Amino acid sequence: MKIHEYQAKEILARYGIPIQPGRVAYTPEEAEAIARDLGGPVVIKAQVYVGGRGKAGGIQFGNTPEEARAAAARVLGMNIKGLTVQKVLVVSKLEIQEEYYLGIVLDRKTQAPVVMVSTAGGVDIEEVAATTPEKIIKQPIDLRWGLRPFEARNILARAGFPSAVIARGGSILTALARAFIESDANLAEINPLVLTRDGQVQAADAKIVLDDNALYRHRDYAAWEEPEEANPLEFEAHKEGLTYVKLNGNVGIIGNGAGLVMTTLDMVAACGGKPANFLDIGGGARAEVMAKALTFVARDPDVKGILVNIFGGITRGEEVARGVIMAQQQLPAGLPIVVRLSGTGAEEGRAMLKDAGLDWGKDMRDAAQKIVAAIQAKEKGQQA
Amino acid sequence: MSILLDEHTRVIVQGITGREGSYHTTRMLEAGTKVVAGVTPGKGGQSACGLPVFDTVAEAKAATDANASCIFVPPAGAADAIMEAASAGIKLIVCITEFIPVLDTARAMLVVREHGATLIGPNCPGLCTPGQGKIGIMPYQIFTPGPVGFISRSGTLTYEVVALLTEAGIGQSTCIGIGGDPIIGSTFVDHLKLFEQDPQTQAVVLCGEIGGSDEEDAAEFIKTMKKPVVAFISGRTAPPGKRMGHAGAIISGNTGTAQGKVAALQAAGVPVAETIFDIPDLVKAALARRV
Repeated sequence: MKIHEYQAKEILARYGIPIQPGRVAYTPEEAEAIARDLGGPVVIKAQVYVGGRGKAGGIQFGNTPEEARAAAARVLGMNIKGLTVQKVLVVSKLEIQEEYYLGIVLDRKTQAPVVMVSTAGGVDIEEVAATTPEKIIKQPIDLRWGLRPFEARNILARAGFPSAVIARGGSILTALARAFIESDANLAEINPLVLTRDGQVQAADAKIVLDDNALYRHRDYAAWEEPEEANPLEFEAHKEGLTYVKLNGNVGIIGNGAGLVMTTLDMVAACGGKPANFLDIGGGARAEVMAKALTFVARDPDVKGILVNIFGGITRGEEVARGVIMAQQQLPAGLPIVVRLSGTGAEEGRAMLKDAGLDWGKDMRDAAQKIVAAIQAKEKGQQA
Repeated sequence: MSILLDEHTRVIVQGITGREGSYHTTRMLEAGTKVVAGVTPGKGGQSACGLPVFDTVAEAKAATDANASCIFVPPAGAADAIMEAASAGIKLIVCITEFIPVLDTARAMLVVREHGATLIGPNCPGLCTPGQGKIGIMPYQIFTPGPVGFISRSGTLTYEVVALLTEAGIGQSTCIGIGGDPIIGSTFVDHLKLFEQDPQTQAVVLCGEIGGSDEEDAAEFIKTMKKPVVAFISGRTAPPGKRMGHAGAIISGNTGTAQGKVAALQAAGVPVAETIFDIPDLVKAALARRV
């Protein structure tokens, strides 16, 4: 789960990592009031779930409360990569002398969180990794004891951090590792970590991605989930307990098992169609779940037809057929549906579909060809 | 012969009294698997599916001499169940459970390695040796014994492809679903090594998907293998940055794309099927070259 910068900083602050004072504002007036409380120049930072805010104009400055208000008015409502800015973080401006990068990411190969640090901070770390990989020092964390302070200092020293930053930077990196592990993060970054002109070391920006599977034991963080404006359907699907990903084609796709659904998308593409979504109903789904999945996929206005591809194991063909028939009344009239059933209960399910006058495919390819053809025929009919 | 699961495999089921645990234990017994006991803390002394239930894996192992475990424990306790099995000396651990916090799996792996056990999964359908039995949830009736080893990250895709192989008259030695999580107990390479040594196996089918670099690692290892490998990669149409159902099926930046995996495998001389329907012919050709 993605969280906002201000939420990531709230987690960091719990672990004693120094951050600039500040608060979130939803209106220019609130931003002005916060700036007045803080005193002195402030930074107004758009809180959206995408990178590259600075380049898009989502980070602006105000030397006075009035300027802060004007800056917030410019940033609030701004569109950044398809997302509307609904809140801004107002923080005291730092006099930055140096910028560094501290990050921890779950590494699949070493099967552990890996620390990455660099003295080239404030920029896109993937770019640094691609162009000057020698500037990044990496080290896995042993989960039996976490990152120990001396290890953190060693990593920073190896990366060439100046002596003025080693001690406090080491404490911050140790705390970041604790925050990562105890919050069940997949990613935790401080970019940049700054050394200010008056010699302070602070986290000027932070990014944390949490493990969805661990949210059950972090209820306070789970409450931060909010709809992604670019993808309202995905948010609702998640609330409904459906594993759904929106894509940009017009063939709705439902199947059981992630690998099979992905393969079905590829098959539809190979047959000249464009998948509109990925929806996995999981194992052992009942008719009600199947019906819910169908009506959900049909809510996407881009969907011009739906392919259901089920390999029955613990999922039973008759249940799937019953679900498709149940959903039929709620679906737009004339929406082509092709169902492909195999495995457990496939015979019974196919007989039920035939009685209900529904189309079915003998295998995945046949079904994919049928739905693509049905959609094309309908579009031609509409043009004529 | 086969790998991992043979006539000497004696299985316990952790979470046997749950809905999934009891249903699949019955299916495993029907398939001929030597399931010898179950474990559910607090239900020791009871019986389930006609088998004795113990409170701990250590007790179950002592009483039955089990050497494998199949885990159906819910996510919050599943990693602990893996560590319990490894600590009790169980050498083959199959974890079916999906949605385990990934750091829990990472911690469990430390214990699995320390005890020299093999973990398959989590978030996997298990494995099947046709004619001997299965550990996990694969539908046994679609398999038939034969010369082809099978490794996949996905469950239902495995069934789909195995059904095509069986229909084409191509039998299987052992089929393994290694799991769709970002951190899994054993990889393509681990199982390719076993298939390379197995006398029954004459060729291997590898079904990969987007995310991570296990397929690229497999491609490197295949260069050193004598037995032919045929591959299929799903997720060619998946957009970057989106999790496609499996927690591990995500393209991050430029890593984990289907195109990258296909290219790595082809560079290792592996025929990569365009669609799953091409797999049986590619396997037949590979087997013919071998004879």
